[in-house]
Amino acid sequence: MLGRSPAPPTKEKKPSGFSMLLLHVHPRMVPAEALAFTRTCGLGGMAVVLLVLLAGTGALLLLGYEPSVERAYGSVLSLRETAVGGFVRNIHFWSANGLVLVAFLHLLRVFYTGAYHAPRRFNWIIGLLLLALVLGSNFTGYLLPWDQLAFWAVTIGTGMLEYVPLVGPALEAALRGGADVGPKTLSIFFVLHIAILPILGAILAAFHFWLVRKGGGVILPRPSGQGPAPRPSLVPTSPNLVFREMVVALVLIAGVLLAAAGFDAPLLVQANPGMSPNPAKAPWYFMGIQELLVHLHPAFAVLVVPFTAIAFLAWLPYLRYGEVPSGLYFHSATGRRTVLVAAGTALLAIPAGILVNEYVLNLPKLLPSLPPAVSNGLLPVGILALLVLGFFALIRRRYAASRIEAVQAMFTLMVVGFVVLTVIGVLFRGSGMRLSWP
Amino acid sequence: MEQEEAAALEAKDKNGASRRDYLRTAWKALGLVAAAEFATVLVAYLWPRAKGEGEQGTAVVEAGPVAEFTPASVTAFPRGRFYLARLADGGFLALSSRCTHLGCTVPWNDKTQTFPCPCHASAFDMTGNVLEPPAPRALDLFPVRIEAGVVKVDTRSRIQRQRFERSQVTYL
Repeated sequence: MLGRSPAPPTKEKKPSGFSMLLLHVHPRMVPAEALAFTRTCGLGGMAVVLLVLLAGTGALLLLGYEPSVERAYGSVLSLRETAVGGFVRNIHFWSANGLVLVAFLHLLRVFYTGAYHAPRRFNWIIGLLLLALVLGSNFTGYLLPWDQLAFWAVTIGTGMLEYVPLVGPALEAALRGGADVGPKTLSIFFVLHIAILPILGAILAAFHFWLVRKGGGVILPRPSGQGPAPRPSLVPTSPNLVFREMVVALVLIAGVLLAAAGFDAPLLVQANPGMSPNPAKAPWYFMGIQELLVHLHPAFAVLVVPFTAIAFLAWLPYLRYGEVPSGLYFHSATGRRTVLVAAGTALLAIPAGILVNEYVLNLPKLLPSLPPAVSNGLLPVGILALLVLGFFALIRRRYAASRIEAVQAMFTLMVVGFVVLTVIGVLFRGSGMRLSWP
Repeated sequence: MEQEEAAALEAKDKNGASRRDYLRTAWKALGLVAAAEFATVLVAYLWPRAKGEGEQGTAVVEAGPVAEFTPASVTAFPRGRFYLARLADGGFLALSSRCTHLGCTVPWNDKTQTFPCPCHASAFDMTGNVLEPPAPRALDLFPVRIEAGVVKVDTRSRIQRQRFERSQVTYL
């Protein structure tokens, strides 16, 4: 460490083996500023803890689970009858659901602190891929108990592929291992869930952590236009950072164990291909898409809209913003205001749009001469796109927002919109997927 | 000796390429060939087999004598995954029970005379026509034959259609 007075050698304690392992992930010294909890809210670390819990309980579950259509459901049932089998399964379930939530919040934190610009640019893309792997792992794990929920969620989920142009039907058949969800699908999802996705995830996660260090660690608050950052005052990682990480990890583990002890992972009756449950709902993290499917032509609900959103997310770090402040939540006072405006707009506009579509304006019925892909797809999505562009112009003009502030508002509009769709799908859809009170 | 060999490897020909460059390119090309081979084996292994024996609903189902089905009624055949609809005019239609939206199984509701899909709120009428979106097209059909007064449904060939037409109905 240049510029620091060397400590007398007698006081220097040799780090323990455990600290040395952690020092492979962290640098030996970290900026004192980086220790504040609100810098990251500990979300990346929480994701790691959940991954460890998932790997451990997953290995235990493998000992009891039998991946065949005849025995899968029974093996999960008998697992629940043993003393701690159900508890282990519950930990796996709650960790998996928690991981989706934590990964999503981590994405929000990284975005709103502006930690996706160079030199962290590529790590944003790796992070998006990891999020896709987390969702993929959750989805493949969903099928394994072979209950009604599993069967129909996966029938719907893989059925969406049919609307991908050209290769869609072939992809769907390849993923299902046949025309319908059946024994082959279970084998394929089992292998994806316990081998392929975890291996890819481990490789990408290692890459992710390495890029965090390459990017200079946690982003620190620096207002723009203040020249090069002052040299940060450094403190030893162990115990300063390690101790704080342990606290977060222990609190999180306690929370997961409490949830697992108090609330059982769902298990419906055994899968019955002849009868869809009513209502048949996807897992909560896909309910946003399912809500879109109620309103739009499937080609738009599963392809055009989600892929536009993913392209927008992947494109974010490669836009030109000029000089921007780093590490400040929402960048500026204008940024904070425009984010609030965007969030408020989505909170009002999405439920209003859903109510209008449900009770007032049914485009395919109004325009029966047009093909449904136009009346229920191109037309509403086109109108939506115009409204979004109008909103962008409004933010730029009315609030004199800089480019990054306007992009931030668009991101907020999209994310809050998706959350609203998810909440409506989970809570406000009853029998026959009609709107109802929870 | 070793230095001489290394020098020989680095020596450039008149195009500016050395033996080392040549070997490196050769290795890359071989690597690509190997990768392509592995990919081919993987795809061939995972390619779904053609629809064959062992799958559900792959045979001709004998639904029963014509007189068993009253006009303007719908009878479920869960094993064959279809409904036999006898229209008011006495014609027969075999409707697949698979929703054309995302593949959920639609139940028949006698009270409303519709097939309401429980997954995304689509609805179909007795002829399979779409009453409520998001389903993009009418329920698929299976060919119906009437032989010696017995209704038979061939569940091997699924017929996709946009909407109901008279020509799709089988009469006595």
